[in-house]
Formats: sequence, C-alpha cells, structure tokens
Amino acid sequence: MASSSTTVPGAGPIVGSRSFLSKLREGDEIARLITFIFAAAVVLVTLLLVYELWRDSVLARQKFGLAFLWTRVWDPLADQYGALPFIYGTVVTSTVALFIAVPLGIGAAIFLAELAPARVSDTLEFFIDLLAAVPSVIYGLLGFLAVVPLMREYIQPALKKTMLPIFSGPAYGLGFLTAGVILAIMVIPFIISVSREVLLSVPRDQREAALALGSTRWESTWKVVVPFARTGIMGSIFLALARALGETMAVTMVVGNVVAITPSLFSPGYSIAAVIANEFTEATGQLYSQALIELGLVLFLLTFILNGLARLLIIATSQRGSGMGHA
Amino acid sequence: MKKIAGLLVAALALATVAWSQGALLINGAGASFPYPIYSKWFDEYRKAHGNAEINYQSVGSGAGIKQVTDGTVDFGASDGPMNDEQIKAYTDKHGYGILHFPTVLGAAVPTYNVPGASAALNFTPEALAGIFLGKITKWNDPAIAGANKGVNLPANDIVVVHRSDGSGTTYIWTDYLSKVSDEWKNKVGKGTSINWPVGLGGKGSEGVTGLIKQTPNSIGYVELIYAAQNSVPYGAVKNAAGTFVKADLASVSAAAAGAAKSMPDDFRVSITNAPGKTAYPISSFTWLLIPAKISDAGKRNAIKDFLKWSLADGQNYAEALSYAKLPKEVVAKEAKALGSIQ
Repeated sequence: MASSSTTVPGAGPIVGSRSFLSKLREGDEIARLITFIFAAAVVLVTLLLVYELWRDSVLARQKFGLAFLWTRVWDPLADQYGALPFIYGTVVTSTVALFIAVPLGIGAAIFLAELAPARVSDTLEFFIDLLAAVPSVIYGLLGFLAVVPLMREYIQPALKKTMLPIFSGPAYGLGFLTAGVILAIMVIPFIISVSREVLLSVPRDQREAALALGSTRWESTWKVVVPFARTGIMGSIFLALARALGETMAVTMVVGNVVAITPSLFSPGYSIAAVIANEFTEATGQLYSQALIELGLVLFLLTFILNGLARLLIIATSQRGSGMGHA
Repeated sequence: MKKIAGLLVAALALATVAWSQGALLINGAGASFPYPIYSKWFDEYRKAHGNAEINYQSVGSGAGIKQVTDGTVDFGASDGPMNDEQIKAYTDKHGYGILHFPTVLGAAVPTYNVPGASAALNFTPEALAGIFLGKITKWNDPAIAGANKGVNLPANDIVVVHRSDGSGTTYIWTDYLSKVSDEWKNKVGKGTSINWPVGLGGKGSEGVTGLIKQTPNSIGYVELIYAAQNSVPYGAVKNAAGTFVKADLASVSAAAAGAAKSMPDDFRVSITNAPGKTAYPISSFTWLLIPAKISDAGKRNAIKDFLKWSLADGQNYAEALSYAKLPKEVVAKEAKALGSIQ
C-alpha cells in the first residue's frame, strides 16, 4: 500500500495508518518528528520574543504611534521619546564598520585561501578564531584605553585636514568613527573565517581552467574564484552586519552616549543597544521602560529587514549564475 | 558506584536545603552609591546577630524603587527620595505606604582635567550651571576665572561629561543645579535620567572618571568617595553662605546638620545648597525604602532590628569608608519612626 508520505515529501506525518505505524517502528518517523520539533522550537522562541516585545511596549506604541520612528527627542523627564537618533547611530556605526571591515576582511581571506602557504594560512586562522572569541567588553576596554587616545591625538586631526564635512568638529576621540573602528575589529574575524572557508571550497578545476586559459594567478583569483564564491562572501558580510547592529558594550564605551544626529563622524552619538543597556535598569515609570522596549522592537525589525534584504540579494545574484558564465 | 554517587548527591541536596532554611533571608536592591557601606553593615550585622542574612543587589536607585514597588525585594535603597507619583504607585499597588530611612550621607563633586591649571579650582553655582547648560564654553571664561584668581586657565573648549546611565548621583547634581539656576530648573529639571543639553555620557562612575582622566579640558561629576579613591582632582563649590567649600566628611555632615532642624516626618528632604558656613552644597542623604507593613513577623523584626543597629553601631563604620555620619537629631527622629513599621 503506497503511503502518502513518500509521494508528498515534507507533508509531515499525514499518512495511511498502517504505514505510519510501521515507519514509527522503524524509527525514521520519530527522528523526523523530534528534529521537526527542535526546528519549530527555534521559530517559536523567535515569535515569542517578538510577541513579548510587542506586548510590553503597548503604552509607548499607543502614545507615539509610527512617529516614534522619526522623532528626535529623548527626554525622560518630559516623557517624550523618539527612536531616530538611535536608529541613525546604529546604522552609521555599522556602516562605518562594514566600510572598514569588508575590504580588509575579504582581502585577508583571499590571501589566506589563495596566496598564502598552507602553514601560514592555518596559523593565522588560529589567531583569527581567537579574535572572534574575545568578549565584547574587552573590545570596549581596548577601544576606550587604546583606540580613543589614538583617534583623538593622531587620526582625527589628520583626517580633519582633508576638510571633508564628515570629518569636522572637535576631536574628542569618542564618536561614530571610533565606534565604527572598534566594530570593524570585532567583525573582521567573522568575514575572514567564513570567506576563507568559502574560497577554499571553490573546486580546483575552476582555478585550473582559468590558469590554463592563460590568466595570471591574481586574475584567476579575482575574476574566477571570488565571483564563484560570491554568495558565501556576501553571507559572511551580512553575518558581520548582524553582529555590528546588536553590539552593546563595546559601542557604549566609545560612542560618547549623546542623543544627537550630526553629519560628522567625529561627533559622539548613541545606538539602540547602547541606550537600552544604559537606561533600562533605572527606567522608573511605565512609559519610559516601555519606550525602551519599543526601541528593542525597532532593533529587531531593523535586523529582520536587513537580513531579509540579504537573503533577497543572495537569491538574486545566485539566480544569475554562480560566476561561471561571467563575462 | 552509581548508587553511591546518587546517594551522595541526594545527601548534599538535603544538606543544602536544610542549611539554607536555617537562616532568615532578606532581599534588598537599589542604589550603588552606598553599596560599600551597606555590604559592610550586612556583614557585621550578621556576625553580631546570627540568623538574619541580608542580600543586597546594587542595581541602581531606579531599579531599587521599581523592584520594591513590584514586591520582588523586601526593601529598596535610593539616592533620591521617591517622588509623589512613585509613592502613589506603591500605595495603589500594595494598599499601604512606604517609609524612607536615611542611612548615611554622600556628596557629588565636580571633577575635572585641566592641563596646566596650577591649583585646585573653585566653582560658583553660576559657573557650574552655565557649564552644564552649554553656555559657558571656555575654561578662561570670566565666570570661572573670577573665582580662581591667579590660576592659569587655558583658553580651551570645555568638554562636559555626565552619566549616561540613570543614577542617584545625577539626581543630586541636577537637584542642586535646579536650586541655584532658574534656567536649569525650567529648561532641564532634575532626575536620575535627564535630557542633557551638552556633554558626553560615561557609563557608571567608572565611565565618567575614565573619560575625565583621558580627555583634557573636561569636567564632570562623581561621588566624593569615588573621586577620593581614584585620586581625581575635584574642586570646591561656593555654598549658600558664600564660602568656597571642598567636599569632605565634615562639610557634608555640616550640610545635614543644618537640615536636621527642619526635617520632615517622612525624611524626604533635599539638603543641596544647605545653609551654614561650612556646609558643602551638593550633599545628600541616601535612603532605605522600607514597606510600612511587613506581614512576615520574622522579617519585620529582623529589619527593624537591623535599622536600629545601623543607626547606632552601624554609624561607626561610616567614616572609615568615607561616608558622613547622620547628625544626632536625625538619628533620634528615625529611632522613633521605627515604630511605624507594622
């Protein structure tokens, strides 16, 4: 007797009773059920998280509505709250971080995967994994004690000489730029690790075909191997972005913690995770703590949207072919 | 082998349960400013009086008020008294009131990092308000230079530093500024977390002190104890009587002594800008928040007994840890108020 589970894969345990029981006895169905429950549990926890955030921010949502997203005021005494400065800070610091980390990370990954001898590659990979495991508070301390003075004394004055508007204003050492730099240091290991793995997994015949056609080592790497690994590399970039968006302690120690929107990267600012970490425990008053929870919801939404875009980008580029017909 | 291991685990579990049930456990949470003295007190009290174990989490004044209102802890602690709204919220939720008991005194001091300044600086109330409002922007501004004749003040921009997290120290500082500056009172106000007109935010006293040490031409505020322990230079402030006073145990106690005579019955008083020639103007009590009604008799007696101890023996530990003792009049009034805990 044919069982419907074999003809409709993924339909779950909706089968003829006799074959279901026999499958159960064989253990396949049990394994399927259990692993399905584990997977479903993950989705369930995420939904529960969103539900809790939604429910506990009800007062703030009712009072401010959608205007919360573009209000610039954050005044606990007057009970006026707006998310824009924090969204701005989160996006700016993450952008600066990616700006620095992506070229450095992909360049390092290419070196480790393609151009370095195996022993060098493995040793460096060990150190890079170590870097990825360092707790973020340590990065914050490193930033505060080492990077901030460096920025204030040397790097910011030097950048100021370029007269660009994004490098204007007093050089405190703290601010969007420093936070971006610290975040870049934190996310580079992720980009390097994942990109290196992806580059190493590009089949040898791709490289050999390019070399056989007369390309130089660099040309075969840059024009054949890297485009082939494009989706994996983009995945690593979005992983890095996800980490940068949510980073709390390292950012709050170097960003200056000032509620302001300024075009200059030298100015101090704030990010969503930093303000929640700073103000939540002391937030007396229902509206205040619910406004902070609503900020958490906004961050979740931001991450969700960016990850969704990442998925779409990956699907779009992989549909165009994985670089094999690349001209 | 497995059986023996199992029996051992069971025995250990039982022993832990039995041991923990012997001691009476009281939980409190709140201000981080008095944490050193409270933890010393709880320790000494347990040594002297055996079976009550008091556990205190220094999570911040705001969290302390929140948790005692929610009922998750038996008592709270705060550097700023609960305002009328918060007391109403408590009474509405529980049906009885909450009492404030001052325990020790503390102060907020202006700390700064001015390279080249040849001496300790004096600050007038107008200078402090102007700096924190963002209206006084240079160190050699006449408002500051006028109080510091002969001191070499640079023509650099002032970098203001404040607390980024909600804090009782911020409450004391902004309470003082609201009293000495109408503009501050109308434009900004007082609270544990406010909308600062200018300045960088540091997380915790450590954050503010770290920022000031690192950033030249900066000014901020921290607790007196913190400044003393971290050797950060701090300035003198002009008090209501016109004298420049540097914060220390004597001047902080003097501020409280002035307020003791007009102490309200609920002990919720602000002693910033207190009268008196030697009083330090940015001083404050710190309070324990005790529910007016404690249904568990064991806990009630333990808490009352602890409070009585803290008003007597406990005060002797304060000065060694750089907290100022309560004036005698306040102690006497509190001892009487203990009776109202039911």
